[in-house]
This record gives sequence, C-alpha cells and structure tokens, in this order.
Amino acid sequence: MGAERKGGGRGRLRRVAARCQKRLCNEARRSNVAADPLFTLSYTGVGGGMVLFVADDPAMHSSQNEQDSRHYAIAAKVPMLEPADSAEAKDFVKRAFDISEQYDTPVIVRMCTRIAHAQSTVALCDRVEKALPAYEKNPQKYIMAPANAIRRHPFVEARTEKLRALGETSDLNREEMGGTDLGILCSGTCYQYVKEVFGDTVSVLKLGLVNPLPVERIKAFAAKVKKLVVIEELDGVIETHLNTIGVPCVGKAMFPPLGEFNQTTIRKAFGLPVESAPAIDTDIPVRPPVMCAGCPHRGLFYTLAKHKITCLGDIGCYTLGSAPPLTALDSTLCMGASVSGLHGFNKAGGSDSEHKTVCVIGDSTFMHSGITGLVNIAYNGSNSTVIILDNSITGMTGHQQNPTTGYNIKGEPALAVNLEALCRSIGIERVRVVDPYNLKECEDAILEELAADAPSVIISRRPCMLLKYVKAKPPVKVNEAKCVGCRQCMKLGCPAISFKNKKAVIDATQCVGCGVCTALCRIGAMEKGDA
Amino acid sequence: MKTKNVMIVGVGGQGSLLASKLLGKLLTQQGYDVKVSEVHGMSQRGGSVVTYVRFGDKVYSPVIADGEADFIVSFEKLEAARYLKCLRKDGKIVVNAQRIDPMPVITGAAAYPDDVLDDVRAKGVFVDEIDALALAKEAGNAKSVNIVLMGRLAKYFDIPHDKWIEAIKSTVKPQFVDVNLKAFELGYQQ
Repeated sequence: MGAERKGGGRGRLRRVAARCQKRLCNEARRSNVAADPLFTLSYTGVGGGMVLFVADDPAMHSSQNEQDSRHYAIAAKVPMLEPADSAEAKDFVKRAFDISEQYDTPVIVRMCTRIAHAQSTVALCDRVEKALPAYEKNPQKYIMAPANAIRRHPFVEARTEKLRALGETSDLNREEMGGTDLGILCSGTCYQYVKEVFGDTVSVLKLGLVNPLPVERIKAFAAKVKKLVVIEELDGVIETHLNTIGVPCVGKAMFPPLGEFNQTTIRKAFGLPVESAPAIDTDIPVRPPVMCAGCPHRGLFYTLAKHKITCLGDIGCYTLGSAPPLTALDSTLCMGASVSGLHGFNKAGGSDSEHKTVCVIGDSTFMHSGITGLVNIAYNGSNSTVIILDNSITGMTGHQQNPTTGYNIKGEPALAVNLEALCRSIGIERVRVVDPYNLKECEDAILEELAADAPSVIISRRPCMLLKYVKAKPPVKVNEAKCVGCRQCMKLGCPAISFKNKKAVIDATQCVGCGVCTALCRIGAMEKGDA
Repeated sequence: MKTKNVMIVGVGGQGSLLASKLLGKLLTQQGYDVKVSEVHGMSQRGGSVVTYVRFGDKVYSPVIADGEADFIVSFEKLEAARYLKCLRKDGKIVVNAQRIDPMPVITGAAAYPDDVLDDVRAKGVFVDEIDALALAKEAGNAKSVNIVLMGRLAKYFDIPHDKWIEAIKSTVKPQFVDVNLKAFELGYQQ
C-alpha cells in the first residue's frame, strides 16, 4: 500500500501518434486544445491503447472557466471513466487502456480537482509489459479524407452501442442498495460526499463509466426507488439524458451548476442539519497570491502601468500583474489569446490603438500557442508590439522546462529554441531584448517600439527568482534619514516592501536585492545591501 | 472510529504541504484510512493555502466542510481566523504567532487585525498560540516552522512519539533530518 498523487494543474496534451501503444496523456484544462485531433481520432481509432487524462476544476481553484469535460466525451463519441478516489484513479487507467485496445478508441479519464490534488491509499499491482503491435499501413482507417471518414462513422456509432452494452454489465458501474425510498445517481467525488452523508442508508448507483450511459441499468435502478436524485457537479449532463429517455429524476432543481460540492452541499439540499461553527465579526483582509519579491515581471509591469499602456495578458504567473497596485493588465482569456488578440484589437482600434497597446506572454505560453499569433501579426503587417516575458521556465505550474530553457521535461539537456531568431525568422525585424530589472531600458524599449510603425517584439529576459540557480543579492536597506515617505516604491506591489511610521520598510527575509526599488527611488533612500 | 479532521492552513511558501504529507504518512502507517487534499496552484505565490487531512476507519469525502475540523493548524494568525468557520464547536486551534501581511494590508487598502486571536478566544475557542518561527530559528532553520507546529500538534494525538520521529525521517530530505527533529522536539516540549 502506498500513497499516490495524481497529476493535476495545467498539463498539456503531449503529441501522440495514432499508432501509439501505451501512452498516458496528462492533460487538464487544455482539453480544448486537444479537441481537434480528438474528434477525428475517435474515427480512426488508435490501433493500440490511448488514454487522455482530464481534470475539471469546479470552483476554478486555478482555471479560467468551469467547463465540464463530459461534453467532450459525448461530442467526440468516446468513452469516459470517472474515478472517485486515488485507488480508482489508478485502477481506472488500467481499465481505460483495456477498453481502448479492445474497442479501438481513445478513452478519457475524467478527474476533478479533489481527485487530482488528493492523496489516499492505493493497492499496487505488478506492471504488465505488452509488445508494441506491428505497424500496418491502412489508409482507409488512418487517412480521414471524406471518402474514408464516411465509412468510419458507422464504426463509431456501432462502437458506442457496444460500449453502452459494456456499461450495462460492467463493474465499473455499481449499485449499492440501501432501501427504496431514495435512490441517488452519481459519480466521482459526488459519490464520496453522498456516502459521507448517508452511509448505507440510501441506494446509490455509482457510475464509473459515465459515457456512454448504461440506460437500461439506470432505468432498472430508477424502477426500484421511489425518488431518483442525480447529483453531479457542473452541468446536468446525466439529468438531461434521463429527461430525454423519460426517466423521472431531480437534479439541478436541488443542486447548482456552479462551484464545488462537499458533504454540506448534500446535507443542505436534502434539508438535513449542518454543523455550526464559531464566528467572529472581525474583518479579515483577503490574501491574494502575489508576484514574488524579485519577480522579473514586476519592473516591466511597473513601466506599463506608469505609462497607462493597454496590455492584453495571457496565462501564467504574470496574470498576477492584474492585481493592485500594478493593475497592469486589461484582459486574460486563454493561452495565446494575448498575441492573436492584439492583432484584432489593433485592427479594430486602428492607429490610435497601435501606439498605446501591447501584449504580454510568457516564454512557455509563447512556445505553446503564441507563435501562430505572431506569424499572423508579421504576415498581415500588423503594427503590434508583443512582449515576451522570458523568465526561462514555466513558472506558475511549478517550474516545468519548456523548449526555450535548454532542458526537456525530464530535466535532461535539450535543444533550446532561440526566441530572437525565431521571431526574426517569422519576419519580425524589430526584435530587442531588455532586462526587466533595468527600468530605464524597459521604458525606452516599450516607448520606442510603440512609436514605431512596424511589428515588433520585446523580449523581457531574466530568470524566475525561484529557480535554484538564481542567487539572491543582499537585501536592500532603507536609509531612514533620506526616506521622505513618498510611497513611490509602494507602487511596485513588492511583498518585501511595506510602510511603517511613514517610512518604507524592507522585509529582509523576503528581499532578494533585485534593485528595482533602488532604481525607482528618486532620492536614493533604497540602498543596495552589503555584500 | 469517527473520522477525524485536521486542517492545515497558511501562506504559500511556508511549508504547509510538507506538513500535510508528513501527517498523511504518519496516519497511514498507524493503519488509518487517510485522505489528504490540497489546493496548491498558488503555493509559492504568497496566497492563502489550505490542506485537508482526514483519517479514520473509512474516509469518504476528501474535503472538510464548515464546522467539521477537529484541529486547525495555522501557520499564521490571520489564516487561523479566516478558517475559523471550518472548526468544530469543541475543536482546537494550534497557531503560529507570526504575522504576515497580505498585499491589501501592505498597500494600505486594509488593516491587519492584530488582536484577531483574542477575538477568536473570546468566542470560547481553544487557541494554542506558539512562536513557531522563533523555535524554528532556535532549531537552526527558519523554514522548519512546519515541523515545530507538527510537534505541537503531536501533543494532542495519541500516537507514540517515536512514530512521529520515524515519519519525519522518512519525509524530509536527509540533510534536513537533524534540524527538523530538533524543531519537532521544540514544538513538542514548549
């Protein structure tokens, strides 16, 4: 027995060949990016085993929407498994590969935050090695031109019916009878919340295979109980299906389509007593995440805010630049939207917009989905200024390597994409690199590139302060005799700087001596620390 | 036994995730069914971090709902007050006396309620306040605040002292075992 953690966060779908044998695709909020291949992979089949991992994020702990991945399984006509704890997460992956191989289909394993970011005991089993099947050329199956795809669609529909039959008898779906007054249909963590509240006192049909739904089994279960309640986080996917097949049930009339459930959600919905807790009237200030002391993005954002430049943002640590006091961002949509959005923004806003609007995108996000947008800018001669915030790592998700860092995802030395060369090769002639700790250099570059009538890229380059190889400098010291309390340094939003008795105070445990406040202070009160 | 609930709360970067890992491992070794759940997307970014540790004969839900925590171990004063609503009526709070200003306080947009723990005590809540930062420094590393607090929590558990020591040895990196064992003892004995 041992604890096991299942990966969550913002992973990305790794490229998977259609012929892949045993490949686990660790994917989360990026199912949208993977949708294009997925819909047609459903037609080709996989000729081996292929499993996609998706973690939905009810309550949006670290996501920008509350989308329900079950719609993808339905739309792409692929089976979806939904585990309810770590042990099932492990077991279901194995089952998913079996289903994938047997039915020649990609299989999605759907998680949620409370499974992906949870640990509980699992029983280990021996690894089974399987030989890679020989590749056979099969254009009718793998070339999805219309003539072939038309012949594959009936296969997909027939497969769905076979999978539905599987769900009718499989132990992936489980009936736990506990009386006939109330029957609850649920899956995933909702099952745990139901068991927490009701134990064995109600009947439960727990679905492990959530697409396609075992219609006959659900009908049989419904017939055994007086009232059927469907409990599902996010959308009423199962409830809607039951409505169409004429199975009376209650779902979203009792439970919201918003946020994350827990045992109290269930108790309240059924009118059961809930625990009361002590409460105080004291105002508790919120504690939002902030850019770290020494974050290389800070100097750049300060400059944008100072000049009131409109800035389209992207997905990464630098989204934190939207928070006060910097409030340097105007939009954040999805990965890559800053670059492609800037072209559209400037198209709509014209010359006026071009000279006072930029976008910011991190090095990793740029590699992931910014390049095509930049090609669009170059190709269309868009007079846009793109800023790549190159902190030499994928920061927000926990320091994963990316194609610009010189290391692969395992940390082994790898080719490093040269961002300057890449941008120039696309056709951007104005490419320059600045050090975001150097406020003057940042300011000059931003103002000059905004003034220029040509597409341009500014690479703001300095490694993330949290990287192990980045050494901190001695903390800055405030010369109290000089400090006039102008609060200029407070505009940086640095967690290491605060104000006491109308003077700036440096928290020496946090300050890494980046020197941005030293450069900013006009009267020289922020002095470099002693080496 | 009825499922017991421990919430570990703090500020990103304080090491609360390691504390929950230690506790989860220890409780698993004690033969309990254990679930540990956390949201750590912002763990290094100074945001509020919450971890749930639940243990018993059979644990279903991975989360602790309002009014259910038997213990709240808070790495910072304000965070103890923030999650007070999660505490059971007779629950206990173990809290580090440290004050860490959140950004709205730093910018002056909000005030830090310095006597917030008194407000909590005034409601009849048991609050065990300990200067874990000072003890961690005494142990030799300011970052061992998490283990000092685990030492303090251990006083309220019926788990033999040596089992905690074993769990620490198997959880922290070899080069930090000594300082963390010292930190644990300082929290335990204080």
